[in-house]
Amino acid sequence: MFFSHNSFLAKIMNKNLNIKSLLIDKPLKLDCGKTINNFPLAYETYGSLNEKKDNAILVFHALTGDQFISGINPITKKEGWWSYAVGPGKAIDTDKYFVICANVLSGCLGSFGPSNTNKDTNKVYGTTFPIITINDMVNAQHNLLDFFKIEKLFAIMGGSMGGMQVLQFVSNFPDKAKIAIPIACTSSHSAQNIAFNELGRQSIMADVNWLNGDYANQNKNPDKGLSVARMAAHITYLSKNGLQEKFGRKLQERDDLKFSFDADFQIESYLRHQGSVFVDRFDANSYLYITRAMDYFDLSKKYNGNLSKAFGKTKTKFLVISFTSDWLYPTSENKEIVIALNAIGADVAFVEIESDKGHDSFLLDVPEFLNTLKNYINNSYSKN
Amino acid sequence: MKQEFKIISDLIEKNTRVLDVGCGDGTLMQFLQNKKEIDIRGIEISKENSQKCVSKGLAVIEGDAEKDLSQFPDGSFDFVILSQTLQAFLNPEIVVKELLRVGKKAIVTVPNFGFWKVRLHLLIKGTMPITKNLPDEWYNTPNLHMCTIKDFYKFCHERNIKLDKALALHNEKISSINEANLNIKNLSAELGIFLIER
Repeated sequence: MFFSHNSFLAKIMNKNLNIKSLLIDKPLKLDCGKTINNFPLAYETYGSLNEKKDNAILVFHALTGDQFISGINPITKKEGWWSYAVGPGKAIDTDKYFVICANVLSGCLGSFGPSNTNKDTNKVYGTTFPIITINDMVNAQHNLLDFFKIEKLFAIMGGSMGGMQVLQFVSNFPDKAKIAIPIACTSSHSAQNIAFNELGRQSIMADVNWLNGDYANQNKNPDKGLSVARMAAHITYLSKNGLQEKFGRKLQERDDLKFSFDADFQIESYLRHQGSVFVDRFDANSYLYITRAMDYFDLSKKYNGNLSKAFGKTKTKFLVISFTSDWLYPTSENKEIVIALNAIGADVAFVEIESDKGHDSFLLDVPEFLNTLKNYINNSYSKN
Repeated sequence: MKQEFKIISDLIEKNTRVLDVGCGDGTLMQFLQNKKEIDIRGIEISKENSQKCVSKGLAVIEGDAEKDLSQFPDGSFDFVILSQTLQAFLNPEIVVKELLRVGKKAIVTVPNFGFWKVRLHLLIKGTMPITKNLPDEWYNTPNLHMCTIKDFYKFCHERNIKLDKALALHNEKISSINEANLNIKNLSAELGIFLIER
């Protein structure tokens, strides 16, 4: 029993959904110093592993993603977060490749996280859960290779925090992936990135129902705080032009301003909606832990700021992708990764895709992005 | 396959590391990769071409050679190729210097503005020459610094850049350029191909 009846996880588990989970019995030493044992790592797979076991792709999800990449997500009943890219005949063709995605450590869709119950106290962990880093997430997911008996992954990829995991994975396991595709990410969280995450965390903590993280044990949930955190973050995923084009100053189901604090503008109504649907599928404490992991991410720290050294003598082939209107993880930060890889003579390709859809471009129907991704993956696979 | 690419390919040894600066849609890169088993990288300024290259699985980075060559360490390539692009840079002198820093050797090809048809065009018509190799009008050409075979030859000599090979290409025919025939080649060739070294 990993969850109490009140926790977010319990609500999901009570729906009797088929969430696949791997119980990791190998102790994992975390960056914070603590060691975790016998913990669950929830995952989903798409397509099938071929006989040579050379067609496996490990996808890493972003902050609010989960293991349900494609098809209908059993929790939200909506399309999986990367349905544009992953599926039969798509950029990541599940007729051809075996795609694995795990819910990150400290997540809330079945993997070990703050909504699990501490067996010693029989209470939901909340903020007594250990602080998790991107490095810890990646080390936990490496267990999937042993589980599926995969010697070497064909590819690893992910956008945003998923991209950070890609970089960390290559750094930790330089010969375990043939190609690596970090998308719209950074090798180190900037002051602005940390600032936005802190805004989200403070919003959750300011909710009276957060109760110092103990809300699950007291049958409460900081819906308001989590919702505001999501609203603020959502703005950072879009571009100014994108927002202006979609919403402008359009009014929400009214002919004129109401001279009140109602959602007069469509953009207000849209953000409120984004916030309210988010609380039904995400745990507030998980949001705190995962944003913390992102803030702590600084791949070159261990190497005195020399990012190249983080990649050692890796033989992994890289494709780095950024988007013109992404101001959260801008092209310049993606290019730093390219520069570090060029400095060690790594095989690296880089493209900046034209899009006005902001950071979220990697999740959306951006044909130039999806076509480049598809052809690069297929051409790299055929050169096996 | 363009004759120029065949000549470039013959200048490159097997099992070497090569950088194609301004690699276009990656045609030369693919040709070299298949023929010479070389480890080849590219840099290309156009988004469309960069995406074409990456779609082919080539290690091409979208970027501006004038700024982005600086990220490559000294001598990190055995050969650096610059095919018919030198004249399009804001500062060709710095670019050549960078090519010779990043590469142990560089292969530079220049469309020859001294070619007799080009000279005749200007002489007779009195307007900026438009030829097969120089298809743009004066107002929309990307070529900022046109030069002749003789200009580049002199450029190398003045800077003590070693000319390992200087070749003239005209009508698919290759010939050597030397001090003695320089004026003739400068008149008769459409393209100059130079293998240079620091």
